[in-house]
Amino acid sequence: MASISSRRLSKELKELNTECPAGIKLVEASNFDKWILGIEVLGDSLYKGESFLLKFTFDPGYPISAPAVQFVVDSEHEAPLHPHVYSNGHICASILGDAWSPVLSVSAVCITLQSMLASCKKKERPEGNDRYVRFAPENPKKTKFLYDDDTV
Amino acid sequence: MSSEGSDVDFYYDDDDEMIVDDDEGSAISEDDMDGIDTYRDDYAAQPSSSKRKIYEVEFDTLPQEAVEGLIRKDVEYISSILGVETDAASLLLRHMNWNKEKLIERYMEDSAAQSAKAGIAPVEPPPAQIPPSSSRSSSSRSVKTSSAPKRVTRRTTAESALKAKALLTPEPSVEPESFLCPICCDDSQPKTLSLVCDHKFCADCWVHHLKNKIRVEGDYSIKCMASGCTLIATDSFVTSTLAEEPESVERYKELIVRSFVAANKALKFCPYPSCTYTVSCPNAATKSALTQMVPTVHCATESHKFCFGCPIESDHRPVICGVAKMWLKKCEDDSETANWIKSNTKECSKCQSTIEKNGGCNHMTCRKCKYEFCWVCMGPWSEHGTTWYSCNRFDEASGIEARDAQARSRASLERYLHYYNRWANHEQSAKLSADMYAKTEKKMEEMQITSNLSWIEVQFAKKAADELFKCRMTLKWTYAMAYYLQKDNEKEIFEANQSDLEQAVESLTELLESPIEAEDIPVLRQKMTDKTVYVQKRSEIMLEDTAKGFLENRWRWNVNVDGFEPATVLAD
Repeated sequence: MASISSRRLSKELKELNTECPAGIKLVEASNFDKWILGIEVLGDSLYKGESFLLKFTFDPGYPISAPAVQFVVDSEHEAPLHPHVYSNGHICASILGDAWSPVLSVSAVCITLQSMLASCKKKERPEGNDRYVRFAPENPKKTKFLYDDDTV
Repeated sequence: MSSEGSDVDFYYDDDDEMIVDDDEGSAISEDDMDGIDTYRDDYAAQPSSSKRKIYEVEFDTLPQEAVEGLIRKDVEYISSILGVETDAASLLLRHMNWNKEKLIERYMEDSAAQSAKAGIAPVEPPPAQIPPSSSRSSSSRSVKTSSAPKRVTRRTTAESALKAKALLTPEPSVEPESFLCPICCDDSQPKTLSLVCDHKFCADCWVHHLKNKIRVEGDYSIKCMASGCTLIATDSFVTSTLAEEPESVERYKELIVRSFVAANKALKFCPYPSCTYTVSCPNAATKSALTQMVPTVHCATESHKFCFGCPIESDHRPVICGVAKMWLKKCEDDSETANWIKSNTKECSKCQSTIEKNGGCNHMTCRKCKYEFCWVCMGPWSEHGTTWYSCNRFDEASGIEARDAQARSRASLERYLHYYNRWANHEQSAKLSADMYAKTEKKMEEMQITSNLSWIEVQFAKKAADELFKCRMTLKWTYAMAYYLQKDNEKEIFEANQSDLEQAVESLTELLESPIEAEDIPVLRQKMTDKTVYVQKRSEIMLEDTAKGFLENRWRWNVNVDGFEPATVLAD
């Protein structure tokens, strides 16, 4: 299994190095466990001028099992203010859970999240953010999200 | 579900298809039966026939393969009615949560939509030029004529669903030019597989994907790996792809069986850990049936006894699930607290607030209503004057009145505790008897070695102990039932039976607990055997009469019970 994940990730890495989708840049990818990517929303949106960091954590089951993806929250970075993004960086998006498919890739996830931000109409935290953040597991994959809103 | 129609057949219809005989099972395992005929003869009251008793419910235990057989039957039925292949029929049934009638109805309305929803055919906009009726007829034709086209390029919805079926079985295709699997990025894989959607992936990735879904996520409706593709892998695709992974296939089958059992009200999975048996009990499948019987069942492993109607206790006969549940809830809320309240508090004689006196004099002022009264006589303090703080006014009229009110409010608590203490006592005694018997058994074994008694001859105490345990459980639940029974002639009879059984049980317990000496054994054996038979008889009468009462709708409750007429006389 491990060989599949590293083979697949090395191919994705090669593609990202040659041609990165607009608004996405590779910040750190020195191993096949954890990658950091920069993401900003292009064009007119509520997040104009903001940029965020996304942390991808891969387990040996990748790409059969979904990567754990969250926004980096530290002294310099914050998670975007968005109804599907918790203040600890956890993201409620179906493609990171139920709707993950092994044909998706790191860049596909970035593009999806980009468009999730771009289509946002109101900058706010999800309902129950404080409660979730207080009890959330470290790994966002351990949270069972209910995907109830397909619009944003 | 067709079995739901069995509302009206009660469980005493006498076909002897199956055998339930708890009386025997608990005492002797089947293997022991041969050698102990003489022993069994002692218990004449115990019917040796396998005839079901009135308080027993008809049920059947099914191993996993049998449930798989039921599933196969449903699948074949749907397959023949709708004219689709079995793989498609299976997906359709799963999509409709195994509801055949609903499936047929919906499928007749719009086969294409149902096929798409069930993950058999890709979702495509329905072509406007084909009216649904003609597409349906064409679809059934295409089923018979479809000759397994390898790749479907242009499909109309309904047809695609059915032509597609020919493709459902995975056929590893060897790609002429080199194929790069989009998942593992390996171009050296010789085998690729795809569902009818034709999203090709290498066979290895499919295996990993299926295994991950089945073993890790416990999912049996596994979608194609392509993003957004809604097709679901068919049974034959899963089993053939996982040919080298028998454990995953087993798990896959179990997941399907579990979903089938969960969807069928007449079936229940044995709740004991890692047991794979299913119990079928169509007579207890409806809510109304549960107001007329206590469906105590067990799977093929006889000790796996459980109630088909509720998870409360494995055997709460004679009281029905609803009342047993109500009683347990009350006990959880009340018993300990109630005991404490009873021994430590009194109620304010004006507002009935419960008051604990934890010190101080007898001049009480209710914190809630500010009523001043005397703790000793419960009469108003005003009549005590201001000078004396010891009460000698116990007989004054106002004091009596106050105490009366208090007595009334205590009476219902007393009544509850009466039943609760007996209920708890039987449970306790059952446990104690079991412990006690363990000691007796040891003694008996020793005796068997030192004297010339045979193994059979020292088994009478075991039979008695087992019977006692069972009867104590029954008695325990009779108190739960009696608490809720409305006071009438029926209850009198119920309590008479209860008291007969209780007396029999107590005297057998006494006998069992008496010291055993080797020379007394023949006498003791006779006595105990007779007593056991009597206890069995009493228990039989208790269970039978209660069960009959439910069927005849004889029992009236002092509270409202689901499925019964509203109570006319409420508990005091």
